[in-house]
Amino acid sequence: MVARSKKTTWWVTLPMNNTKRIPIIPLKQKIFALVVLLIVIGLYYLASIATNSSPERLINGIPHIYYFVVDDLIPPNWSYYSRVLPPLLETWNIALLSTSVAVVFCLPISFLAAGNINKKAWLYQIVRFLLNVLRTIPDMILAVMFVAMVGIGALAGVYALFFFSLGILVKLVSETVEAIDPGPLEAIRATGGNIFQIICFGAVPQILPQYVSYSLYVLEINVRASLVLGFVGAGGIGLILRQQMSLFNYGNIAMIIFITFIAVTIIDTISTSLRKRLV
Amino acid sequence: MSQLDINNMKNPKRAKYWWTFTGVTIFMAVLYYVAFTETRLQAQRSIWESGPLLKRFFWDPFFMSEIHAKIPEYFGYMMETVAIAYAGTLMGAILAIPVGFLAARNVGGHFTFVGKAILNAVRAFPEILFAIIFVAAVGMGPFAGVLAISINSIGMLGKLYSEVIESIDMEIISTLKATGASKLQVLVYGVIPQVIPEFSSYALYRYEIDVRSSSVLGIVGAGGIGAPLILAANQRNFEEVGMMLFIIVLTVTVIDLISTNIRKRLV
Amino acid sequence: MIEFRNVSLTYPNGHQGLKNINLEIKEGEFVVIVGLSGAGKSTLIRSINQMVKPTEGELLIDGENTLKFSDRKLRKFRRNIGMIFQNYNLVKRSSVLRNVLAGRLGHTGTLRSILSLFSQADVRLALHSLERVGIAEKAYIRADQLSGGQQQRVSIARALTQQPKLILADEPVASLDPPTSHAVMKDLQRINKEDAITMVVNLHAIDLSMQYADRIIGLRNGEVVFDGPASSVSEKTFEDIYGRPIKEDDLVGDASNE
Ligand SMILES: Nc1ncnc2c1ncn2[C@@H]1O[C@H](COP(=O)(O)OP(=O)(O)OP(=O)(O)O)[C@@H](O)[C@H]1O
Ligand SMILES: [Mg+2]
Repeated sequence: MVARSKKTTWWVTLPMNNTKRIPIIPLKQKIFALVVLLIVIGLYYLASIATNSSPERLINGIPHIYYFVVDDLIPPNWSYYSRVLPPLLETWNIALLSTSVAVVFCLPISFLAAGNINKKAWLYQIVRFLLNVLRTIPDMILAVMFVAMVGIGALAGVYALFFFSLGILVKLVSETVEAIDPGPLEAIRATGGNIFQIICFGAVPQILPQYVSYSLYVLEINVRASLVLGFVGAGGIGLILRQQMSLFNYGNIAMIIFITFIAVTIIDTISTSLRKRLV
Repeated sequence: MSQLDINNMKNPKRAKYWWTFTGVTIFMAVLYYVAFTETRLQAQRSIWESGPLLKRFFWDPFFMSEIHAKIPEYFGYMMETVAIAYAGTLMGAILAIPVGFLAARNVGGHFTFVGKAILNAVRAFPEILFAIIFVAAVGMGPFAGVLAISINSIGMLGKLYSEVIESIDMEIISTLKATGASKLQVLVYGVIPQVIPEFSSYALYRYEIDVRSSSVLGIVGAGGIGAPLILAANQRNFEEVGMMLFIIVLTVTVIDLISTNIRKRLV
Repeated sequence: MIEFRNVSLTYPNGHQGLKNINLEIKEGEFVVIVGLSGAGKSTLIRSINQMVKPTEGELLIDGENTLKFSDRKLRKFRRNIGMIFQNYNLVKRSSVLRNVLAGRLGHTGTLRSILSLFSQADVRLALHSLERVGIAEKAYIRADQLSGGQQQRVSIARALTQQPKLILADEPVASLDPPTSHAVMKDLQRINKEDAITMVVNLHAIDLSMQYADRIIGLRNGEVVFDGPASSVSEKTFEDIYGRPIKEDDLVGDASNE
């Protein structure tokens, strides 16, 4: 920066009737901005070809979507609700159970993944690496794998979302652990406390509110994730959703979507208001 | 009376604490009771017998020439996934700008609630439900995926954008107005330079998430690698599933690395 | 010439910021407004370019009552008034040059300015302004990489680039250390003398006010309680304006380090 600004001083000191054009933005910056813009647009051009989604088609698609919603989805088949509620409950149960188990297991792993508690560099790196890989696997693919392992049903969903939410929770909690005030930890270490005492009396009280808050947050995520598990046979409302889609039964689909939307909104609202009070 | 009686000390908050504690315990107990009685959690196979299966997922794909032959095809599907995410995120990131401005308290004025209501409604709607609706409306294929990703990104980014806008330095706005600048000039010279780095950083972050999401959109027919993956799983071709999973993990990791690097430089 | 005729200002919450102000400020004057915190200094200065609008009275500039201006006319009128703030109010992520060019926005068509198509004359003017405050070599650096004193000079350059008849400065040196404060005040003084630009400056510090002002106006509770040439002012005058004895805090100290 400094070097460049020195180079550019020559014209300033020239008399003001000099005819050389003075740029507002230096050429280098202009070229850089142009290149970035071209890359962004070029990639978009390629992507829109690959996905057959030119802006033109996007605009033309809007009426389609509008008429689909107005003509096919509305009105929902209200009487279908009795068939929706049991799988919806199963969806909720999958989310609740997987979150609960993940909440328990994440705590020890989070301390392993926190640099200020786990002082063994090699162990810390291994744990971090495994977690990073885990977090790149989409929830549905975990579901596919667990359906293969334990068979079709809600249990596969619980396993899948357990691992899925474990990845998220450990990341959030270990970051919180790394940000805690080192004072109390030092104090306990100084009185001769072992690592478990340091964790229980020094670290846990400090992270408790965030820990509970993140758990609720992950519950919200899991509720959304569990909606579609049924598409691959891992239980919940996704199963009937897939059935009704293959039958093109839009009244029933609208009903499923409607009830799901309400359920998700209620759970989100409760969870968000609890989280607000916590932190 | 002012003397403390150490043997009979009471925590004044104790009663309230116990009520809360009991309430929460009972509530949780009911939830778990329902969860365990109403959900069939039996396994058809024990998870401890999955050894050979895991080998088929994570080991065999790398040593089978028929799987190797399919890598280019899978890679093509992954590129489609990446493209869905890109087109969707970019669309969403651009459309989120007006919505974000509308929803920002310091700009939207009396219409703030309209913007906030739109954003809240969109965000309450799980992404995959959008995908289902769009697949039904415009047919199977990546186009439905792009629509689903972009509308979901509008919801998520619009909220973040509005928070960025709410945090800008309003003094600069009135300063520029005091030099006689018009509204549009104030926007271009005072507002945009303040928000552009955050906007692009959030959009990139959203792209990282959307790559993950679009790799499963295929399961509901919205394009990308999800479709062949679910097909292979249904046919119990787990080596193929394993190879696709490997490609997904690799691609997502590379994109995360690049994106994180750019984001670090932005703000 | 600026003329306040029975100007009062009541804020929406009912607080009376200015009470029946009658003032005349002549062209080329260097006026310093002093008063305790909350006395209404900012209110007075901001009412001149209507960043806050007086609720009663007339504010004549060159004989025209500016309080009756339409939005369009107000914009035109404002581009002839430069303004300097305690917190500089620069767009931190833009380059120094772009910040200074913002002073030309009122003179440039909206479309042209959005496309960054300032005339070469404007660009040269901006650089010349920077040169006058001694930081032309920083033109292409981002504003947030400058020190506080340099940032304040950029904001002075921005005001200069407006080619104003009048510069308003609301505590321009309150965030700066004593030597820098004097340097910035000297810049303002020089501009006032060389270009005959009228200066209306709010100051906290008594010694700065006495050193740089031609004329001092004292405010208390939104009322003018003193108005006279700087030469007639003594510490006693300030004690009257402030309604309390002078304290160490009311002084900046001299420019010995400069
Ligand atoms: N927007 C506003 N709404 C209501 N009251 C205000 C507003 N701005 C200022 N005031 C009040 O008007 C009075 C004068 O404020 P002003 O900012 O002009 O004081 P000041 O002399 O500049 O003080 P300081 O030295 O602290 O900057 C104060 O009592 C203040 O509380
Ligand atoms: Mg003030």
